[in-house]
Amino acid sequence: MKIVVCIKQVPDTKGGVKFNPDGTLDRAAMLSIMNPDDKAGLEAALRLKDEYGAEVTVLTMGLPKAEDVLREAMAMGADKGILVTDRVLGGADTWATSTTLAGAIRNLEYDLIITGRQAIDGDTAQVGPQISEHLGIPVISYAQDIKIDGDNVIVERQFEDRYHVLKAKMPCLITALSELNEPRYMTPGGIFDAWDKEITVWGRADLKDVDDSNLGLKGSPTKIAKASDKVRKGAGEKVAFDSPEESVAYIMGKLKEKHVI
Amino acid sequence: MDFALDKKHEMARTLFKDFAENEVKPLAQEVDETEKFPKETVAKMQKLGFMGIPVPKQYGGQGCDPLTYIMCVEELSKVCGTTGVIVSAHTSLCADPIMTYGTEEQKQKYLVPLANGTKLGAFGLTEPGAGTDAQGCQTKAVLDGDEWVLNGSKCFITNGKEADIYIIIAVTSVTEDKKGRKKKNFSAFIVEKGTPGFSFGTKEKKMGIRGSATYELIFQDCRIPKDNLLGPEGRGFPIAMHTLDGGRIGIAAQALGIAEGALETTINYVKERKQFGRSIAAQQNTQFVLADMSTKVEAAKLLVYKAAMAKATQKTYSFEAAQAKLFAAEVAMEVTTKAVQLHGGYGYIREYDVERMMRDAKITEIYEGTSEVQKMVISGTLLK
Repeated sequence: MKIVVCIKQVPDTKGGVKFNPDGTLDRAAMLSIMNPDDKAGLEAALRLKDEYGAEVTVLTMGLPKAEDVLREAMAMGADKGILVTDRVLGGADTWATSTTLAGAIRNLEYDLIITGRQAIDGDTAQVGPQISEHLGIPVISYAQDIKIDGDNVIVERQFEDRYHVLKAKMPCLITALSELNEPRYMTPGGIFDAWDKEITVWGRADLKDVDDSNLGLKGSPTKIAKASDKVRKGAGEKVAFDSPEESVAYIMGKLKEKHVI
Repeated sequence: MDFALDKKHEMARTLFKDFAENEVKPLAQEVDETEKFPKETVAKMQKLGFMGIPVPKQYGGQGCDPLTYIMCVEELSKVCGTTGVIVSAHTSLCADPIMTYGTEEQKQKYLVPLANGTKLGAFGLTEPGAGTDAQGCQTKAVLDGDEWVLNGSKCFITNGKEADIYIIIAVTSVTEDKKGRKKKNFSAFIVEKGTPGFSFGTKEKKMGIRGSATYELIFQDCRIPKDNLLGPEGRGFPIAMHTLDGGRIGIAAQALGIAEGALETTINYVKERKQFGRSIAAQQNTQFVLADMSTKVEAAKLLVYKAAMAKATQKTYSFEAAQAKLFAAEVAMEVTTKAVQLHGGYGYIREYDVERMMRDAKITEIYEGTSEVQKMVISGTLLK
């Protein structure tokens, strides 16, 4: 089995997000890490490798320093790393990114593509499903459990208060949640091996079946009006009443107060 | 000359730091309080290859250099001195001599399980009547047919009872020099736990590194195969001294880690703690003390890393190891003491990590050669 895992180097938002005066992310002021959902996707791939045997290739698009997350993934157990980097690919939104990654994946053999649900720097959750559209393969998003059954994958898809069990024929694409698993640590020897291995570096010329008009800043229809840190939802309010009438009156009052009705 | 670590070592540090923060730090206080050997942590480290970092891959290790191993001990010791010394004693004092002096058969039988984490190691040289003066050793080994028969006891043995494989130094002959003075000749042996005649005495109750198991080892007509002689017969003393040279770099790294941990903890504390209406970090005394602490920690780090590099590239590194251990241990004691002082009354309370760190630091000036022994080694080289 051949698995391609798409990973992204993102700023660590744990200590809060820092912005430049113009509203864009101040990436230099924040440490870079492997996006947590992607790391869970990588761990899922490595577990499939442990259980069924697989070759795991990690793929990223980014600046040359994004090589570091590929090395980290290889130190955890991935077999190969591919970095797609080119000035003409810079400034990409989700559309241009998914077009680029799909163009890279067309050069590879794969049974399964795993991406994270979303990256903590953009929170769009669009790139994974878009890649599957470009490649014309099924997608199962929000995976909380993955099993292989012959030529099929059986995935538990998280859904609000329940989960769905879906079966899809490979090749297909899965987007993983950070809750999926606890990613393994690297090993010291794995780190040394990872830095001794070659990373494959691809540029625009190596992308297959893509149009320049869909790449980089030029190929990005998204215009960012405003960026902000995540707004934390409050803990909510718990109330208890003796009678249904009182409960209804309270709820109606709240709905009116918020101008819902 | 480049003092910056390369990316490979930086990534290794990130690994050790993450592991220490997530897996070791939450248990450090409990391990100290209950004097419980952290078996679960050791099992996790065994699974991740932390117990065979400088051992070649062909023998089940990670194939990394001594510096990587040293950084592991350092990062573990930043949050828990006990965990740091478990790795150090296992790697430097048990795996290393087998790697250096063992036959191919011994390496396959003992080094592989030590390095791949299925077995834990320890080393026994010290005896009740012999610490710094190794000639005072009484434990004897006599060849009887195809077996060596060991009698005697060893004390203050780190990883005692928990370890599966022990390197034991014993007297195998006594010769007279030209002036008629008697001289004991030592040999090194590999002894497995469970061998009849090999038992454990009392567990020591210690001031610091309280989770580390420190036991007396007792040998009563303990018969081990002839093949378990490590290195040539009669070469036990140089083998032990060479082993301790490596061990001292490990302890120097432990001392460095403890000092760094105390410094980091104190920097965070002085920013929070308010006196006279402002944080104590705003007081010049605090600032100057922190500046001294940090400068000494950095100097210790350079010596420790230099010794680790020397182990990788030089045949002998006694001088570098002794300087690193002497200085790092003294810095650990000084920095942790100052850390407690800056914490004031809270620093004396067990709930605060610096209290434990100060107790843990003291042993680094004592074991694997006291500071005084390090000075003997250093001056011995200078005046040769």
